Amino acid sequence: MGKAEEAKKLGLTDEEYNLIVQTLGREPNDVELGMYSVMWSEHCSYKNSKPLLKRFPTKAPHVLQGPGENAGIVDIGDNLAVVLKIESHNHPSAVEPYQGAATGVGGIIRDIFAMGARPIALLDSLRFGELDDPRVKYLFGGVVSGIADYGNCMGIPTVGGETYFNDAYKDNPLVNAMCVGIIRHEDIVRGKAQGVGNSVMLVGAATGRDGIHGASFASEELSEESESKRPSVQVGDPFMEKLLLEACLELLKEKWVVGIQDLGAAGLTSACSETAARAGTGIELDVALVPRREKGMTPYEVMLSESQERMLIVVEKGHEEDVKRIFEKWDLYAIKIGEVTGDGMLRVLENGKIVAEVPAKSLAEGAPVIKREGKRPAYMDIQDLDYSKIEIPENLSEVLLRLLASPNIASKAWVYQQYDHTVRTDTVVPPGSDAAVLRIKGTKKGIALTTDCNGLYCYLDPYEGGKQAVAEAARNLVVTGAKPLAITDCLNFGSPENPEVYYQFEKCIDGISEAAKALEIPVVSGNVSFYNESSSRVIFPTPVIGMVGLLEDVTKHCTMAFKNPGDIVVLLGENSDEMGASEYLRVIFGIQGGKPPRVDLEREKRLHLCCLKAIKEEILSSAHDVSEGGLAVAIAESCITGNLGFEGEITSDIRADALLFGEGQSRIVVSLKEENLPALIEIADETGVKATVLGRVVPEYFRINVKDSKGGFKKIELSVGEMAEIWSKSLERKVEG
Amino acid sequence: MRCAVIVFPGSNCDVDCFHVWKEVLGQPAEYVFHKEKFSPEDFDLIILPGGFSYGDYLRAGAIARFSPAMDSVYKAAEKGKLILGICNGFQILLEAGLLPGAMMKNRDLKFHCHDVYLKVGTADSPFTNMYLPGEVVKMPIAHGEGNYYADADTIERLKREDRIIFYYSDEKGNITDEANPNGSVENIAGILNEERNVLGMMPHPERCAEEILGNTDGKRLFMSILEYLEGRVKIGKSRRS
Repeated sequence: MGKAEEAKKLGLTDEEYNLIVQTLGREPNDVELGMYSVMWSEHCSYKNSKPLLKRFPTKAPHVLQGPGENAGIVDIGDNLAVVLKIESHNHPSAVEPYQGAATGVGGIIRDIFAMGARPIALLDSLRFGELDDPRVKYLFGGVVSGIADYGNCMGIPTVGGETYFNDAYKDNPLVNAMCVGIIRHEDIVRGKAQGVGNSVMLVGAATGRDGIHGASFASEELSEESESKRPSVQVGDPFMEKLLLEACLELLKEKWVVGIQDLGAAGLTSACSETAARAGTGIELDVALVPRREKGMTPYEVMLSESQERMLIVVEKGHEEDVKRIFEKWDLYAIKIGEVTGDGMLRVLENGKIVAEVPAKSLAEGAPVIKREGKRPAYMDIQDLDYSKIEIPENLSEVLLRLLASPNIASKAWVYQQYDHTVRTDTVVPPGSDAAVLRIKGTKKGIALTTDCNGLYCYLDPYEGGKQAVAEAARNLVVTGAKPLAITDCLNFGSPENPEVYYQFEKCIDGISEAAKALEIPVVSGNVSFYNESSSRVIFPTPVIGMVGLLEDVTKHCTMAFKNPGDIVVLLGENSDEMGASEYLRVIFGIQGGKPPRVDLEREKRLHLCCLKAIKEEILSSAHDVSEGGLAVAIAESCITGNLGFEGEITSDIRADALLFGEGQSRIVVSLKEENLPALIEIADETGVKATVLGRVVPEYFRINVKDSKGGFKKIELSVGEMAEIWSKSLERKVEG
Repeated sequence: MRCAVIVFPGSNCDVDCFHVWKEVLGQPAEYVFHKEKFSPEDFDLIILPGGFSYGDYLRAGAIARFSPAMDSVYKAAEKGKLILGICNGFQILLEAGLLPGAMMKNRDLKFHCHDVYLKVGTADSPFTNMYLPGEVVKMPIAHGEGNYYADADTIERLKREDRIIFYYSDEKGNITDEANPNGSVENIAGILNEERNVLGMMPHPERCAEEILGNTDGKRLFMSILEYLEGRVKIGKSRRS
């Protein structure tokens, strides 16, 4: 087989292959071709997404590191900064759920401590098919235990995330892991191979044959053959990673450390070429020096292995023994495998003989950008629903119970109770609320964390869906009392080669950008995952928004649970006549259609100001965002988590089901002592937010009466005990039943 | 009162225990790396923290007992120093033979992280003298191998000698199977050695010792230790009776 043919087999196009030949001035050898094929895969090169990602707002005074590094960094004052990054591990998890998810967690943790930060929290955003399918159950169970075993062993609390079920994800589940770290400003390190003559060292686990071509596997659709790609899935060893974490953080205190980089996708090839490219240098290394866990590995295999728990470290010449001393304490090896050169080449030797020699910059950054044209999907034109044909169900109490039982709304305790979420003793608000809140020891501060995205909204209207994901994430932070600080995004889509998918991608990015600009929340890091599809279905466009917010005084945080009988319950924001894309239509009528709710960003922003001020002035007992399941579910959740009831009446000419279960945006349900009501009204007036009294917190019972101006009357009447039983047990029953 | 927190390579609750003793109780604390030895006279309290000591792929705590630091722990235990093993620390104490019985995987084979209610089995100990016997407290658990087992004779003896320090219970103190998160025999959550200076327990008192974390039930365990070490309480009443 000719080289050009071989290149094609490895996923490179003719144009790409010709560019490689042109760059090298000759045909690449096998090792070089292998290195190019992984580095120029979509997963490593972002060749399909780069131009669009530039649309994100990435700058703000508090941004210390924007996109382009291992992770983003934002200042939180007190000389401290928060480091954040989210990444997908979808394809590995689809064929080997346990290891796929575990190594996803391992990889994202390394990205955080590669910046010099101590990882303090994990979040996981998960999507699967419906749980009545046995394979979905297997994937779900495997992913959850993979995340649990890895994160738990590391001693990093998994404090939040989301879990959605929809058949759009049946063949291709989404496993997105987010990690957050904390660092002092002066300790920030970057992944640069600077200083000609400095030593390049490999530390951590030995190198094996696992994960070869993992990056390429992540850059193609799932198919019948995917099962045979199981060897492309890496195997995780969290204990090794724990040792690596402690040793690296000890090492990074030293001033003679020049740069550090995680070995993730494309292993040594990527770590070497990226660190060299960032610094404008080259690296020469000898693969014979790389410790192996298997015999007879070729240079090709060593350079492409994605064996986990390894880091590349660049230190000033002469400090190699110092590095070894630190790693020996943790029973890890640290071996000099090469050095930084001035010629910009990544030169790979085997026992002194050159086996590959390519420009580092060309490998890391040279993949030709692919400009694509999107095409508005045809389905978007036939989505308008005639709601007058949907009859309002007689028994709305029954509707509420069915919504509370939906795995998309029901408690996710079955998931997060398998994750250690209290280790490190910083978890002030545990999983199960709108956002997790962590204290920052040694300060008065706290941070709030969330991930959000509604794939169905994004499918029905990618632009509005993108906007909504940002608004929703920000609102989830705001209800805890945290001011949103920064976004890390994980953009999960089908094949960009499909113009309709590309359209979804572009519009989601535009929606996210617009909301991020309006709400003034910069995007500081992220990840793109394409090709999430099988021969029978493409996933919903799912741009997951991971967000971090800051509480100046963590003792003033707020939670969603009602606290005191007698408290007044108030809606901040306005009800709207929107029912499209709702969980209500999906669960009760089997309809996944209509227009998703629109976000008015100006209104959203005012709502945030109002809620933050009220929490700061300590006049609220609880605050909860209205999202899937609408107003009735939001109030019900505040009841269930507070073990209290609600009694109220709403008068509105919006049809009763849209009012109770529609997912109109920019709404927050708060409760407060009656004497604080005037203060809340004043803040609401000041910020231009509508505040409506809905009723009162009472013991045990949940009662809402809905009236319209024509004398129409509907009601919901349930015991909180019954609601709680259904809400808290549904997911467990679905998984284990 | 000087406290040593032993750091095994896979310990991950070491910083939490250190924080409570140093910052919450304001007492001196030091980390002791597993490769180091120390003299029994160096510390009044030694904490074996939670985590995954040596990865624990074989069996929780199975390798930890051979470490140099554990040599010193054996000696300190012999001299009557207080040893507190929490979670993985409890598993290590069992493997080391400082406490009787063994730990198995949770009966549903899942990791459990949530609050549990505990009925105080005995307040007559250096660790629980600030609780009332029979009192119900709340603490978080976070473990995959917390299913305590010992043969009937051992359990009988633990009871006779008033050495069961906590039972998993419901909110009202009823010791029921439903309230048992992991399948432990007789809902046992923590036990003392015969001399009452070594405690192993699965729940995490260090995770509920501050107001900001929403629960301070665990703080009294550390305060009990301090009361005892500073000579304000005497224990051993139940053994005399």
